[in-house]
Amino acid sequence: MSQPALQMSDVRKVYSMADNEVVALDHATLTVGSDEIIALVGPSGSGKTTLCSIAGGILSATEGSVVVGGEEIGDYGDKELTTFRQNKVGFVFQSVNLVPFLNARENLLVVDELGRREGKPARDRADRLLDELGLADRAKNLPSQLSGGQKQRVAIGRALMNEPELVLFDEPTSALDTELGQQVMELIRSEMKSRGTAAIVVTHDERITSYCDRTVHITDGVLDAG
Amino acid sequence: MKLALRELVRKPGRFVTATVILTLIAVLLMFLGGLLDGLLRLSTGAIRAQSGDAIVYSESSQSSFLRSRIEPADRAAIESADGVDDVGGLGVVLLGARVPGNGPRDLANVAVWGYELPPDGVPEPPAPGEAYADELLRADGVELGQELLIGPARTPITVVGWVTDTAYNGSGGLWADLDTWRQVLSENRPDAVLADGVVQALVVSGPGDPADVVAAVDAANDGTYALTVDDAIAAIPGVEEQSGTFNQILGVTVVIALVVIALFFALLTVERTALYGVLKAIGARSRTIFGGLVVQATAVTLVASVIAGVLVVALDLLIPPGSIPLYVSVGRIVLSVVLLLIAAVIGSAFSLRRVLRVDPASALGN
Ligand SMILES: Nc1ncnc2c1ncn2[C@@H]1O[C@H](COP(=O)(O)OP(=O)(O)OP(=O)(O)O)[C@@H](O)[C@H]1O
Ligand SMILES: [Mg+2]
Repeated sequence: MSQPALQMSDVRKVYSMADNEVVALDHATLTVGSDEIIALVGPSGSGKTTLCSIAGGILSATEGSVVVGGEEIGDYGDKELTTFRQNKVGFVFQSVNLVPFLNARENLLVVDELGRREGKPARDRADRLLDELGLADRAKNLPSQLSGGQKQRVAIGRALMNEPELVLFDEPTSALDTELGQQVMELIRSEMKSRGTAAIVVTHDERITSYCDRTVHITDGVLDAG
Repeated sequence: MKLALRELVRKPGRFVTATVILTLIAVLLMFLGGLLDGLLRLSTGAIRAQSGDAIVYSESSQSSFLRSRIEPADRAAIESADGVDDVGGLGVVLLGARVPGNGPRDLANVAVWGYELPPDGVPEPPAPGEAYADELLRADGVELGQELLIGPARTPITVVGWVTDTAYNGSGGLWADLDTWRQVLSENRPDAVLADGVVQALVVSGPGDPADVVAAVDAANDGTYALTVDDAIAAIPGVEEQSGTFNQILGVTVVIALVVIALFFALLTVERTALYGVLKAIGARSRTIFGGLVVQATAVTLVASVIAGVLVVALDLLIPPGSIPLYVSVGRIVLSVVLLLIAAVIGSAFSLRRVLRVDPASALGN
């Protein structure tokens, strides 16, 4: 098989505050295969968001090595991380964070405008994604004119716009009811599998894990692949 | 940038307040500037129009024409100097003129000039008893061919043509030959009678640049001194003070515009911290985000400037001529817009630090 989408080895993340330190990740070692979908399950405050942020180049690890799609990002500076995020990863955030004054299609295209500036190929990709996500007839709607599930689907489309190696979903269904959540998970799985893209899906909900290939548990910053 | 412009177009509401305030500031800036230009035009036109390089005054004149006396001997010395081509006499007297058809107390303020070297836009000196009148005097009811009665002695002068932008000390110019001017002076100001051949000042032109001409004149004759035309304009009583005061007010106005822009966009940046976090997380550079902010500040300022420009031009058309000395020029409007745009860029730069500090990790808030 081709190289893994993510290889974290002995990653440690310490948040330093004025008077104390929080160890949010401790000796975390995790490998995600090139088209693997992993469920990351753990209680609140266990370090799930922290792990996603480090894997996605939003935060830098305190110690350890992070390799995404063959690229070691452990010692990248802000500029290199920005370029890395433009090209290698996609995010779907806990709270839906679409640009309020852009319609669904433009919310996908903004990734290209801020990043690679491909133009026509990006527009074609956006239209194809909207179609796959069942949003073709909502392309011109502003976020305020979309339902919660539709907004979440736009966010998924946005995460796939840059053809990433790895997509990080931080509790993508927490704002949706059970049925809608399962529909969105089904969609995530089919989008990932049809592209052969790897994903980490953070969740509290054990039912969601059935849409993933493998479940990794995290407790107090310590991973346990059991 | 596309993102920033889209926001402007789609959410114009959030920029209305800033645009309105900036429009008012821009109107103030253009109006005050136009007033300054108008006042300066009224007090400096006659000197600005001089085609020579330098103006020569007598030693004790303090650069006032009315106090200055140039004797024929001085003139001869200057005329024969190296670095001097043409020399012409110049004199002026400020008086009230009776205009036919106006009431007996409704006098027009005139500056009667005697000249030899024609200023820009003024023909060669007319026949004795005749003068070219500044367009400004039309507002006083002066018409072509009229005989104006100048001063308490009612010296007659016939208007034989129009000239523009030759006002002095707020009065419209009447451009006559030296003898006519000397006659008006001696009949109306017995205290200031000048002998034949004596003038108040000389206009001198030479082959070099103005500073060289000034040096040549000063070297050639004692008892007189020369100023370049620009220095002579600045030496007109009140001109420097007026410019200084107005320019300070204009400067403060630009600073106010800068502060308004800085505050407005700082608030906007705070409001958008979450959005900027998301944009950074999906790959936006701080430079791109800040660039968008500058584009918005510039666009808002530009819109305000265009509205203000139209308003000031309309105001200029509405105000009856001669009532206030407003002079609206393209140069002044462009200068105001450029100053405002600089204020916009500097003002929005105050948000740069805040944009840089936005953490992409904030997008992943729990
Ligand atoms: N910016 C920060 N500064 C200091 N401590 C932080 C920061 N972010 C997270 N932490 C701490 O790190 C630990 C892990 O946080 P993290 O957000 O990764 O948890 P999580 O598993 O995503 O929780 P949740 O399920 O509530 O989203 C927590 O103890 C948290 O308080
Ligand atoms: Mg979290």
